[in-house]
Amino acid sequence: MTVKELDQVVVRFSGDSGDGMQLAGNIFSTVSATVGNSICTFPDYPADIRAPQGSLTGVSGFQVHIGADKVFTPGDKCNVLVAMNPAALKTQYKFCASDAVIIVDTDAFGAKDLEKAEFKTDNPFEEMGIKNTVIEAPISTMCKESLKDSGMDNKSILKCRNIFAVGLVCWLFDRKLSLAEDMLRSKFAKKPAIADANIKILNDGYNYGHNIAANGATVFRIESDTKEKGRYMDINGNKATAYGLIAAAEKSGLQLYLGSYPITPATDILHELSKQKSLGVITVQCEDEIAGCASALGASYAGALAVTTTSGPGICLKSEAMNLAVIAELPLVIIDVQRGGPSTGLPTKSEQTDLLQVLFGRNGESPMPVIAATTPTDCFDAAYQAAKIALEYMTPVVLLTDAFIANGSAAWKLPNLTEYPDIKAPFVTPDMAGNWTPYMRNPETGARYWAVPGTEGFMHRIGGLEKSAATGAISNDPENHHQMTLTRQAKVDNIKVPDLVVEGDADADLLVVGFGGTYGHLLSAVNEMNANGNKAALAHFKYLNPLPKNTAEVLKKYKKVVVAEQNLGQLAAYLRMKIEGIKLEQFNEVKGQPFATSTLVNYFTELIKK
Amino acid sequence: MANECKYTAQDFKAGQPRWCPGCGDHALLAALHKAMAEIGVAPHNTAVISGIGCSSRLPYYMNTYGFHTIHGRAAAIATGAKVANPDLTIWQISGDGDGLAIGGNHFIHAMRRNIDLNMILLNNRVYGLTKGQYSPTSVRGFVSKSSPYGTVEDPFRPAELCFGARGHFFARCVAVDAPGCVEVLKAAAKHKGASVTEVLQNCVIFNDGTHADVYTKEGRAKNAIYLKHGEPMLFGENNEFGLMQEGFGLKVVKLGENGITEKDILVHDAHSEDCTLQLKLAMMEGPDFPIALGVIRDVDAPTYNDAVHQQIEEVKQQKKYHTFAELLETNDIWEVK
Repeated sequence: MTVKELDQVVVRFSGDSGDGMQLAGNIFSTVSATVGNSICTFPDYPADIRAPQGSLTGVSGFQVHIGADKVFTPGDKCNVLVAMNPAALKTQYKFCASDAVIIVDTDAFGAKDLEKAEFKTDNPFEEMGIKNTVIEAPISTMCKESLKDSGMDNKSILKCRNIFAVGLVCWLFDRKLSLAEDMLRSKFAKKPAIADANIKILNDGYNYGHNIAANGATVFRIESDTKEKGRYMDINGNKATAYGLIAAAEKSGLQLYLGSYPITPATDILHELSKQKSLGVITVQCEDEIAGCASALGASYAGALAVTTTSGPGICLKSEAMNLAVIAELPLVIIDVQRGGPSTGLPTKSEQTDLLQVLFGRNGESPMPVIAATTPTDCFDAAYQAAKIALEYMTPVVLLTDAFIANGSAAWKLPNLTEYPDIKAPFVTPDMAGNWTPYMRNPETGARYWAVPGTEGFMHRIGGLEKSAATGAISNDPENHHQMTLTRQAKVDNIKVPDLVVEGDADADLLVVGFGGTYGHLLSAVNEMNANGNKAALAHFKYLNPLPKNTAEVLKKYKKVVVAEQNLGQLAAYLRMKIEGIKLEQFNEVKGQPFATSTLVNYFTELIKK
Repeated sequence: MANECKYTAQDFKAGQPRWCPGCGDHALLAALHKAMAEIGVAPHNTAVISGIGCSSRLPYYMNTYGFHTIHGRAAAIATGAKVANPDLTIWQISGDGDGLAIGGNHFIHAMRRNIDLNMILLNNRVYGLTKGQYSPTSVRGFVSKSSPYGTVEDPFRPAELCFGARGHFFARCVAVDAPGCVEVLKAAAKHKGASVTEVLQNCVIFNDGTHADVYTKEGRAKNAIYLKHGEPMLFGENNEFGLMQEGFGLKVVKLGENGITEKDILVHDAHSEDCTLQLKLAMMEGPDFPIALGVIRDVDAPTYNDAVHQQIEEVKQQKKYHTFAELLETNDIWEVK
């Protein structure tokens, strides 16, 4: 047996959507992160709840990129593909690097299985022209043999197949099994018999690899020594978002209220927050998207840190209550986990096509701050910042994430909340009573002061009708409306956001511009270009409204600027509107899949030459 | 908590109503001021939340906290406010279009969840603010600007919708009948859970006379029955009529005829969990039956807002983590040294 050192590797687990591929991938990525590797994951699951077993549409995948050094993307192509059935092989082979190792469960490659996956011959490898190394393991047989005395029925035994694959991959990458065993014990804490069975199978998979390796297979090792010291956990974007909100509620001392309606791919935020009742979190699963937002606004009116979560189709329905929050100047965090559109579109796939909707998709002049989280772990900071801005400026704030970073995960250094900035909402103080009117503002932030119902001496009426700046009464006065419109705009325009940072070569020939969840891919592409001697830099937007103050300065500094985004040019259009005379190239892809770094590098390199 | 002498109607008054002269909303507003004073909850602990429409202007005329929101969404917004801040007493004001057309979904779910809201439904069977279109409570054939040849649809009856959504409190009053309004509004406030008070209200401009049968004192004496829990269902100018059960339905009888005495008359049970008879009462209409006024249904049931906070307290007791830092520790953590 030889051991080969690698800088990075991409492993893709694939199988039927009932085969437990997400769990398998999660265990392997967490084990890798635990030993100090950098990880980035990408669950790629079908929209159907349960497509016919073994069919091409029912294939579920989970890709993890493991690196000794920092990795920013789940990787373009995989070095190891686990295919639990012929359908997985057929649909996932396209993600394989040319020298990828493929692991299959030969027991799942019978005549019927091949037929379900629409193979015409009994040799799928030949039929597809696959020349890669294939580890053909009779996984089902081995699981049955191993657990024959366990008392488990056949169906339950076969549910352990995914863990056999994990064991085999752990062997391939020289991972100790103790961590995976701990994870299985905690996952099946309430069913110790199932935990024992899975741990047995995990070891069987590992030993199987060890035994076949006797005749000269290679084991890979990814070293890790670069990571910042500290305590870490694995977290996906949706969970990080939920945690950011909980942290902001604690910091601000306010009740956290979530009004929501289930929608893919945002629902996991609702799930996560619903669990946290011991932290006092209120979640209300409403009758529709409209009520999700409206009830959150009601909670905000009553003094809570109020949040509503959704995806693009839900934003359409929430926009009227979002607009009421604009004119009533009440704090509200609206989270849009973007997915493929228009309409129902591609519910489980990722896009950045809601930018213009959240910026402009409301009647009237309706300015609203917009923040776009850049990575799974950045969702924590972005959610915290969104809550801080909402509360301190008394405004609704949109937080954009997307299916890719919402479901993707990475190792996250545990934050220390004491190091996070304070969040102080501008509540009225008793000394203001008497002189106070609802639209009196804090001179520094422009925020109106917040008089929460229940506060003595501050009874007032607000609403969706325009109000007098001076008295807070309904006003149709033309000058007042003009002034109030300007005031609302100025309040948002003057929100303090960090400057745009340029990464890569400061004297680049090409500035790449992006926003939100494409950060990892764009940075990887820029780094690779610089390594190849093509001078490139990245300016990545997290704050979309207001834009960082140095935006025009940065963008005008470079001869060539390309805006790369997963839509048809929404950020480019917005920047052209905001920066007079700016010339921008565009790279646009709307495939529901993450960018491929290699495609970006090729496109950008060509662009420099042009 | 309630101190009956503490407040006067004046303490709850604000602004100058902009409704048309003769609009039923004026009368209801006055009754609400009076009821609130008698209920005794402080103005600063009271929030009035409305949607859009003529009647939804009401919060501007209350010296309480008020939120004039968006069309149809008042019940949803009030839900969030009550659940987040259960100490508030919340009145939710809607008209028939706001509450039952554009806001129908929120109306039924607020009832079903049993949010502790006092919901007032001002029913004039027409859209007033948009100047005279038929509403979901307009009678079939109603001629309006948007139905010049008459509507071809049947109306909702608010009580039926409320009961269908498993509502636990339903009362009805006539806007201009001040004592009748004050009485049911106080009962609605006292009821713990979602309460619907349907206010029969006249629109002098677009649907004048829609509730003519019961809009005058004399009319009510003849055509209405005031239901009171535990009392026999008698009505008429001299209480000469009563209601009895017949088969699956109700019938109107005259006392003294066919040997019928007061003992034969149904006694109202607003607290009966089974709403079958209450629904029959609520659905009565002229000319064969009197229109039922008063508290028709008033049944105790657990409220959503209490249950939410109770569950939070229970889980707080069960779980050992209560802060963000403690929450982090519940995850699989590893250390890079």
